[in-house]
Amino acid sequence: MTLLNAALQGVFLGAFYAVLACGLSIMFGVMRIINLAHGDIAVFGAYVVFVIVEHTGVSAFVAFAAALPVMVVLGYLLQLTVLERSLKGGILTPLLATFGLSIVIQNLLQLTFSPDVRSLGGSAGALTTASWQVTGGLSVSALGIVVLVVAVLVFGALQLFLSRTRFGWMMRATAEDADAAELVGINSRHVYASATALAVATAALGGFFLAIRSVFDPVSGPTQLIFAFEAVVIGGMGSLWGTLLGGIALGVAQTLGAQVHPQFSVMAGHLLFLVVLIARYGGGRIALRVAR
Amino acid sequence: MRVARWTRTSKLFTGGTAAVAVALACVPLVFESDLVQKLTTLLILVLLAAMWNALAGYGGLLSVGQQAFIGIGAYGTVFFADHGVTPYLAMVLATLLAGAISLPISLFALRLRAAQFAIGMWVIAEVMSIIVRLDQNLGAGTGISLIQMNQYEPNFRQAYTFWLALAFTVIFLVALFLLLRSPLGASLQAIRDDEDAARSLGVRVAARKRLLFVLAGFGCGAAGVLVVANTLFIEPGSVFSVQWSAYMIFMVLVGGLGTFEGPIIGAILLFAIQTTFTQGGPWYLVGLGATAALFALALPRGLWGTVEERLGLRLLPVGYRVVEAKGEERAA
Repeated sequence: MTLLNAALQGVFLGAFYAVLACGLSIMFGVMRIINLAHGDIAVFGAYVVFVIVEHTGVSAFVAFAAALPVMVVLGYLLQLTVLERSLKGGILTPLLATFGLSIVIQNLLQLTFSPDVRSLGGSAGALTTASWQVTGGLSVSALGIVVLVVAVLVFGALQLFLSRTRFGWMMRATAEDADAAELVGINSRHVYASATALAVATAALGGFFLAIRSVFDPVSGPTQLIFAFEAVVIGGMGSLWGTLLGGIALGVAQTLGAQVHPQFSVMAGHLLFLVVLIARYGGGRIALRVAR
Repeated sequence: MRVARWTRTSKLFTGGTAAVAVALACVPLVFESDLVQKLTTLLILVLLAAMWNALAGYGGLLSVGQQAFIGIGAYGTVFFADHGVTPYLAMVLATLLAGAISLPISLFALRLRAAQFAIGMWVIAEVMSIIVRLDQNLGAGTGISLIQMNQYEPNFRQAYTFWLALAFTVIFLVALFLLLRSPLGASLQAIRDDEDAARSLGVRVAARKRLLFVLAGFGCGAAGVLVVANTLFIEPGSVFSVQWSAYMIFMVLVGGLGTFEGPIIGAILLFAIQTTFTQGGPWYLVGLGATAALFALALPRGLWGTVEERLGLRLLPVGYRVVEAKGEERAA
């Protein structure tokens, strides 16, 4: 029963990783780039919510709703200022540029907010503490359910957006072939920037969940990036639903690993990631867009 | 018209570099130990920059996980010393260990490309960090001292460590220099310029990349050995820190990715910055990160790459150039 409960907690944890990973998956799907500052952007989002809560005293959920438009605009600008330029370099340029950006964000956060560990758990109301004991040993927390439901909604909405809306078609067309999309009148700059804005918004949602589930500090970003990337790879790069499943697989691996030894939790996730990475991409089959 | 490698400038400069190495060897005999320790730090940076450049600049392999080998070098030294090996012999063994471990890692890491390779290496470094944290004999998460170094009188210890650092740096730089100048080197530079084109011409890209990866494994292991020899204390949080990758990326990007001289210049620059802003702190790191990103976007060939391109200057020649009959030169 403890194993079953551990697996259940892993599903809740994994839903959180899936939300973190969602933006990474979008950007890889549309632009074939991995943003190494993704985790730091998520943590930045958590700080934006934190600042709003500190100054207005509203609940964390209201503060997140206020922070979201800010993050969307920042994401759009990130594409126009940094990423667009990096796409014109070789395949290593986006990695180098976003790695530099990651260091900048971490240390600016350090300067602004000190290295103290923070949490938004207190300002999220009773939700963070409520939980139910289901028959024998299984426990379900309200927050776990919320994160899982939100994760499914986010992925479902993205799926509908990409398959049913005109702008979603434009995004898929641009992902398929940006030059051909330009020929039929699609503004690929705007599509790319919108994809990044969407990615940054979901990263902020991930950062918000991090802040109400546990604690964060200015250097929490790299760990979140690693978990998010692991979720994307385990689920299959470029597949949206895959990322949700990949996140859950990672979460379950971590909670089951913790049953073996508390220190083995993160390790189990890393090992699952490495095995999948080698099995899936080891053959060099992955199609990478050559530098344009 | 003929093809030449050396010019008068490059001959003078290469000779000058060798003379600098000899002069450096005399430093511990003349100057006090504070300077010796600082120069050891500089040599570690030069070594790290050269190795990261060998990977990224020539192999197109962007690793964010070379700290894995720095950690193996550092912890390997402590491990061998704890098992009764003389400290300086333990350091050589730990370097060999890092190089040996890089071979099996290369078997799967090199099948990955771009972001998969970068983050895959990072995760490998994290896994090693966790393994060390689980091992009480290696001090677990709290770190461990290389107490066996107490048997040496501090001034001598610093001098020995400096000489070891100089020896490692010279060995690895000369090895890389000779490698790049050999027929193998021509294929490496072809991979740097266009991997697909090189492959289509019959270059065995995978084998060449493995060579660079193992060389960088040895080199970063050697750097880790020097870190523990220079500071005498290590902990997993700092020796396996991704900050090492940040330093390497900064030095190579600013100096000049894919040039031989660039990373050395980048290392000297980083060293100068570190000694100027001794407080370190977030602003200094904000500057490093922003500079690295700007160079990647705006000046991808770095300082030296740009100078080389504009002036046709080669100081430590690893390529060839076309020389016109009357002695008028043009970059190849």
